[in-house]
Amino acid sequence: MKAVITVVGNDCVGIIAAVSGVLSENKVNILDISQTIMQDMFTMIMLVDMGGADVKKVSDKLQETAKQMGLSIHVQNEELFNSMHRI
Amino acid sequence: MLNPFEIRETIDMISKENLDIRTITMGISLKSCAGPDIDTVCGKVYDKITTLAKSLVKTGEDIEIQYGIPIINKRISVTPIATLIDALENPTTEDCVKLAKTLDRAAKTTGVNFIGGYSALVHKGCTRGEDLLIESIPEALASTELVCSSVNVGSTRAGINMDAVRRMGEVVKKAAELTADTQGFACAKLVVFCNAVEDNPFMAGAFHGEGEGESVINVGVSGPGVVKSALEKVKGEPFGVVAETIKKTAFKITRMGQLVANEASKRLGVPFGIVDLSLAPTPAVGDSVAYILEEMGIEKCGAHGTTAALALLNDAVKKGGVMASSYVGGLSGAFIPVSEDAGMIDAAKCGSLSLEKLEAMTCVCSVGLDMIVLPGDTSAATIAAIIADEAAIGMVNSKTTAVRVIPAPNKKVGDTVEFGGLLGTGPVMRVSDYGSGEFIARGGRIPAPLQSLKN
Repeated sequence: MKAVITVVGNDCVGIIAAVSGVLSENKVNILDISQTIMQDMFTMIMLVDMGGADVKKVSDKLQETAKQMGLSIHVQNEELFNSMHRI
Repeated sequence: MLNPFEIRETIDMISKENLDIRTITMGISLKSCAGPDIDTVCGKVYDKITTLAKSLVKTGEDIEIQYGIPIINKRISVTPIATLIDALENPTTEDCVKLAKTLDRAAKTTGVNFIGGYSALVHKGCTRGEDLLIESIPEALASTELVCSSVNVGSTRAGINMDAVRRMGEVVKKAAELTADTQGFACAKLVVFCNAVEDNPFMAGAFHGEGEGESVINVGVSGPGVVKSALEKVKGEPFGVVAETIKKTAFKITRMGQLVANEASKRLGVPFGIVDLSLAPTPAVGDSVAYILEEMGIEKCGAHGTTAALALLNDAVKKGGVMASSYVGGLSGAFIPVSEDAGMIDAAKCGSLSLEKLEAMTCVCSVGLDMIVLPGDTSAATIAAIIADEAAIGMVNSKTTAVRVIPAPNKKVGDTVEFGGLLGTGPVMRVSDYGSGEFIARGGRIPAPLQSLKN
């Protein structure tokens, strides 16, 4: 399944490295990354291919990273956004 | 690539505005379980429910993780149980209660949080089985935890069965008395309907109707908080803008419901039935229908203008949602359960919202007088009269109406009753001091209304 990973929080050194580290350890392939500062917040949106990875495991690992770095991270199936925002 | 603003919008809806899937409800037909012997029937009922709904909760949880959408409730609705009672040889109320306990056990095994369908449809008349089931409701609800019951007492085509209305007044009263230690909690699991729908996924009124198939997945969405936040951005704008904003928001909410419904149906191998386009509040602050009405400019829910605001909201939710789902059904509309809505609780406590105003509001929204706590000394006849009034609104306006009231034992106006969880907190509301006993004692049926010459 393709998933959208959203990372929001105060900007600091190493956010992308930490998140992509977790993904590479779990064999999750990054397809696209966009990163910007929105409303004074670091906002990164990644489109990834989960392949055979266990979504819950990856999500739990990312929550640990989120906690350590004071971020908010969401992992959600891409279809959710397509269905809500595209007719 | 998706637009970052859209992604942020969805995430904010879920994490800040309480957007969720309120329920995935699996409807299961129990027609194949009918038979003359109660123990055999109970065995078949238990086996069928626990087999078909075996992975319902797990599937719901998997979808929740993969899509990042909270799915609050997983539930089961079954064929009205009165149908099974009618098929028994020499049925008794003990048999009815035995079946209720079987449903309760099956619900606990599957891990769902409610099972609905301890029901009877008696809008025109009562069979022997329906009669027994109605009689058994107080005990069945008092001796089970997860079983929900509903009785349909009227319809636009049949009129109102006033004998059934009178009995339901007594049943509600008795159910409250049997559960006096929990402030009459059994009544929170009992709904009296007019024009009940067969595919409602919401409790306590869900049952798997006559016209339904073997099993089905129905989904109820929610999201009053999302609608309120959207309206905050159009402060002071005219009603056309308000309606458009609600429609767009309802569209997005419903698309999410449709996605989850399709996915659940696919994973469980059970056909998709409907998405119920309802705005269902919870006691959480920010998840209130009353606050939407207040956002539109009503100082306190219940003030003059509330009915008009609710009419607009209800209609716009449906218009926005209809295009987002391939099949819409259930109750579809804004719910106004007093004890489950932080804004309604406030309004009832401060005296802005009365039973009479709530009754008026039910004319323009789904469903009816819902989760309203009444003084403990309210008579059975008065409760029956409240049911009759509400059924009349449903009958004349060709819509579903319902009554779920709790005459909390030993409580009086000014007291508050805590139910906990999604059922919330209910301030005891005032009922008329004057009686309706003679009216209710007449019995018989109120004839079906004229459907033309409408004024």
